[in-house]
Amino acid sequence: MVRLITHNLLACHAKGCTSNNFPLQLKDVQLEQREAEFNPDFLRRFMPKLDWGALVDTARQLGDDSLPLEQPEMFDDDFLRKLHHVLLEVSVEEGAMVCPNCSHIYPISNGIPNMLLAENEIG
Amino acid sequence: MIPTPDLSHLSRKDYDDVYEPAEDTFVLLDALEQEAPKLKSLNPAVCLEIGSGSGCVSAFLSRVLEPLVVLHLCTDINPIAARCTVSTGLQNKVSLNAMISDLASPLSFRLHGKVDVILFNPPYVPTWSEEADEAQERHGIAGSWAGGLSGMEVTDRFLKTVDQLLSPQGVFYLVAIKENNVPELRSGMQSRFQLQSEIVLQRRAGREHLYTIKFFR
Repeated sequence: MVRLITHNLLACHAKGCTSNNFPLQLKDVQLEQREAEFNPDFLRRFMPKLDWGALVDTARQLGDDSLPLEQPEMFDDDFLRKLHHVLLEVSVEEGAMVCPNCSHIYPISNGIPNMLLAENEIG
Repeated sequence: MIPTPDLSHLSRKDYDDVYEPAEDTFVLLDALEQEAPKLKSLNPAVCLEIGSGSGCVSAFLSRVLEPLVVLHLCTDINPIAARCTVSTGLQNKVSLNAMISDLASPLSFRLHGKVDVILFNPPYVPTWSEEADEAQERHGIAGSWAGGLSGMEVTDRFLKTVDQLLSPQGVFYLVAIKENNVPELRSGMQSRFQLQSEIVLQRRAGREHLYTIKFFR
């Protein structure tokens, strides 16, 4: 269950890969939609931690264009419900995340991302 | 009193590969329960557990914080542990976002200054250095306890990154034993990172003298 909220926080950490290492590109993904309880208070608390551009780009690559390119200044209920869906109800069960800089592949299997590096790749 | 999370879905076979909650786990759970009012008052959004193993501690933290809902990120170098963490989340109706990872490596870029609560019950048992290295490389159950020299080799690697991860009001709870040299550990964090600390709980359990230490700015 790699939801987009988690994807939004993962970057490539291979040795020497320190720029253009985020967001990781989703590849060959199997998606699942899982309903989650709507909690506007959590969303508001989480907003300062979010990278908006990365979220919108990733959602659009997955065919979801419900979020605006620019982060709105006011968070009304309609917006928060769309954000809730994209962040917390779309999950990647199988596939991979690929670093846009060094092309390192992080596989996702049974909803769990494998972020380990080989010994020679550790910074 | 907050009940221990339901772990009835885990079997003996799971505990061949994943650390089964024991006295050291309970020293952390009891400390978190004691800290409940303070933890809630932080109004946290992101909680990170390193070496989540069975997932028991993060599942418990979610109860401690109720009715507040937070994002639980859980890392473990052991793939079977990551799977157990997810299933413990499902069993206890909390979403535990597990990943197979060495400490917080893939999260540190994005979570710079953004983690509100960090939990770590590390491999703290003093062993030969080689034994700890090998345990980490094998990604198995020995990695949950073999701590290398003074039981601090894995912990030390993480301590270097704590200050970068913590949000301005963030707190970090660490389990330690007497052999880890708790006074030196605390003064080191103060002098290297200006992180203050206090012992939230200490308890003798068999041969081990266990501590839960809290670090904060």
